[in-house]
Amino acid sequence: MSVAPKREDYDVVVIGAGPAGLAAAATSAGAGLTTLMLDENIGPGGQVFRAISSTPVTDRNQLGADYWVGADLVQALRASNAEVIHRATVWSLDRNLDIAVSIGGASAFVRAKRVILATGALERPFPIPGWTVPGVMTAGAAQTMLKSSALVPDGRTVIAGQGPLLWLLAAQILRLGGRIDRILDTTGRGNYFAALPHAFAFLTSPYFAKGLSMMREVKAKVQVVSGVTELAAAGDGQLASVSYVAGGKRETIPADLLLLHQGVVPNVNLAMAAGVEHRWDDLQLCWSPVLDASGNSSVAGIAIAGDGAGIGGANAAVVRGRIAARAAVEALAPAVAAKLPAMAALRADLAKAERGRVFLDTLFRPAPQFRIPSGDTIVCRCEEVTAKDVLDSVAIGATGPNQLKAYRRTGMGPCQGRLCGLTVTELMAQARAKTPQEIGYYRLRAPVKPITLAELAAVPKSEADVKAVVRG
Amino acid sequence: MTVNVDAIVIGGGIHGCSTTLHLCLAGLKPVLIEKDYAGRHASGVNAGGVRQLMRHIPEIPLSIRSMGIWEKINDLLDDDCSFESYGQVLVAENEEELAACRARVAELNALGFTHEELIDAAELRRLVPAVAETCPGGVVSRRDGAANPAQTTTAFRRKAAQLGAAVREGVAASNIRYSDGLWHVDAGTETFAAPVLVNAAGAWAGRIAADLGEPVPVETVAPMLMITSRVPHFIDPVVILRGRKLSFKQFKNGTVLIGGGHLATPYQDRNETVLDWKSLATSAQTVFELFPVMRSATIVRAWAGIEAKMKDDIPVFGPSSRHRGLYHQFGFSLHGFQLGPGAGAVMAELIVNGGTQTRIGDLGIDRFHPSTL
Repeated sequence: MSVAPKREDYDVVVIGAGPAGLAAAATSAGAGLTTLMLDENIGPGGQVFRAISSTPVTDRNQLGADYWVGADLVQALRASNAEVIHRATVWSLDRNLDIAVSIGGASAFVRAKRVILATGALERPFPIPGWTVPGVMTAGAAQTMLKSSALVPDGRTVIAGQGPLLWLLAAQILRLGGRIDRILDTTGRGNYFAALPHAFAFLTSPYFAKGLSMMREVKAKVQVVSGVTELAAAGDGQLASVSYVAGGKRETIPADLLLLHQGVVPNVNLAMAAGVEHRWDDLQLCWSPVLDASGNSSVAGIAIAGDGAGIGGANAAVVRGRIAARAAVEALAPAVAAKLPAMAALRADLAKAERGRVFLDTLFRPAPQFRIPSGDTIVCRCEEVTAKDVLDSVAIGATGPNQLKAYRRTGMGPCQGRLCGLTVTELMAQARAKTPQEIGYYRLRAPVKPITLAELAAVPKSEADVKAVVRG
Repeated sequence: MTVNVDAIVIGGGIHGCSTTLHLCLAGLKPVLIEKDYAGRHASGVNAGGVRQLMRHIPEIPLSIRSMGIWEKINDLLDDDCSFESYGQVLVAENEEELAACRARVAELNALGFTHEELIDAAELRRLVPAVAETCPGGVVSRRDGAANPAQTTTAFRRKAAQLGAAVREGVAASNIRYSDGLWHVDAGTETFAAPVLVNAAGAWAGRIAADLGEPVPVETVAPMLMITSRVPHFIDPVVILRGRKLSFKQFKNGTVLIGGGHLATPYQDRNETVLDWKSLATSAQTVFELFPVMRSATIVRAWAGIEAKMKDDIPVFGPSSRHRGLYHQFGFSLHGFQLGPGAGAVMAELIVNGGTQTRIGDLGIDRFHPSTL
């Protein structure tokens, strides 16, 4: 069943029903603004609270208490007057705040006075040799299956990488009776020293105790190899083995499934396509939108909340969602804003939620060899472009990702750079001895997600266009 | 400090890059100044049509000159530019449109041009098997084809640099002035001086011309294009429709480029465009009706390039009517890509020899201004 938006114009359109979007839409609708929530998934929750209303996992301990916080956010949204549409893929947003959205195979156009983007994060590319072999997948994809369908791996499974989500996934798989043969921890040894100055803030953050106990829980059941400095997957048409180097020693182990994860980065495609200015974040090693303290971007009327605004985690996302929505209420219904929690209080909440983030970012900063591949390792999966291909193009004059398109078609496939963009920027930056900021990123274009020709053809046209076609 | 060169070319589109290269080939030492990078705007993101078909008569000689260069593009640039020549076909959807095609071909023949050829329904079907049964014929230009626009523009720039041109990308030409017989142009921290200045600044060229006292009726436009996912091979030539705004090209990798001249809103000073999806939907509907094979394809990306369109739809090409040493090469009005190689060659002849054998007289800026030279 598909439901088109009830109106053509809204005060606020929120895109994405993860923690930030849920909080933003509930706040905005609660303040009486006409609010439309558009979300791509079949139900609310985003990735962190995926399937919060429908998961078959009923034992609350298995997914953890943090997961079930999502249920309260969903409750708050449902109690508001927000119009919520799921399976709604926003494929275009421009600086006039015109939004094109695909719902059930038909496209609709709506316009907003304010747009709050809560499009969350993507997993950082992990371009090791063999990462495109079937049987290698991202930890996030595995977690999606686990939350939506209670599916866990039962073959020989290796998890490789680093970061809080890696440990969370490992714990969730084990609690649901899944199999993990080995965890290969790629956290750089030097990162521990670099992170030390930030440790105090982390010790007082809510993540600390939870993170530590989760790691302890996993380590009790699975062999963990730390200090992994090289990693490769191999197999002919299907993953057969994973080889790695740790402490200068190479080892190869048979495997049916390799789950890769080295952190998440903002999902910037829709914001960039709308013309929002982004800058390279040297700590998080990704592009982040340039925002003011209320989450407002360089495009008037577009605010960004949640991990799409820079990785901050679920708690920070909720607060950022409230801040962005409060700013929208201040702009559109100032009298009502006085009844909402004060901005100063929200910003204090945000500071608290972000405590310890620098420690995590520093500790889990992925090592160069796992971000910047070489030789025959694939960079762009859509067009099968290798690291060597990119370097060859640089040698004959490709100066940045957009010029590279002309040489190798990188980023021109259906994913529009989601799987290769960061790799290409960093690889070209290294090759040309420039900063990623100087090298830049792909210019992204609508449709941000592909739509069928038939769907576009069915869009209502302007009167003049209809006449032209009839005449022809 | 001022750097003396033989010519200053403003604008790193295919025209500026081609003129720069041809000046190098003639033994001059030019500088090319581009505010973004070569091929950033229309030259790098157009449909790549290499088309003599359906051109305005005043620019046909330049187009034919260009076609000869396209066919040997690899010899010139050491780069094949992904140029391929399967012809371009204009489809008439009814007898009325076919009659207009017949008249057009007769007119060209009377002027001595033979590159456009009237075709009947059978030949149309042979060239474009997927076209709707009801179409009665059309026009073909068999030597036409398509190339990769960004690859081509980049190849011109690269070859020009190899032959000694100074290339300055990422700096805007500013403070253009004439003194002591030389044009002076600032580019970042540098100043260049030369007896020759070529205004090939695309959508930005009209301002340069106006600042130098030669305003022309030009507007900035942004024609939209969209590309599909890969579909099974079904078409070789580029197809354009006589009666509707649609052009159509399938690449070797199976993707299909859909264009035709529907316009986005340009925001020139921000290097941005805002697409008009309702117009693109019209293009999608036309494709849907005429090419059933395309119905399950997905649209992967849509975009628009910023360029200059003249009120009379033909370019401004040739010497200034007011200033010695100034040459204009802009306003190609949505059909400049194919002209790039030839226009660069002819412009170099005008600059170096003071004349050319290619007939370009109707393209001069003096059609708007009586000459004061």
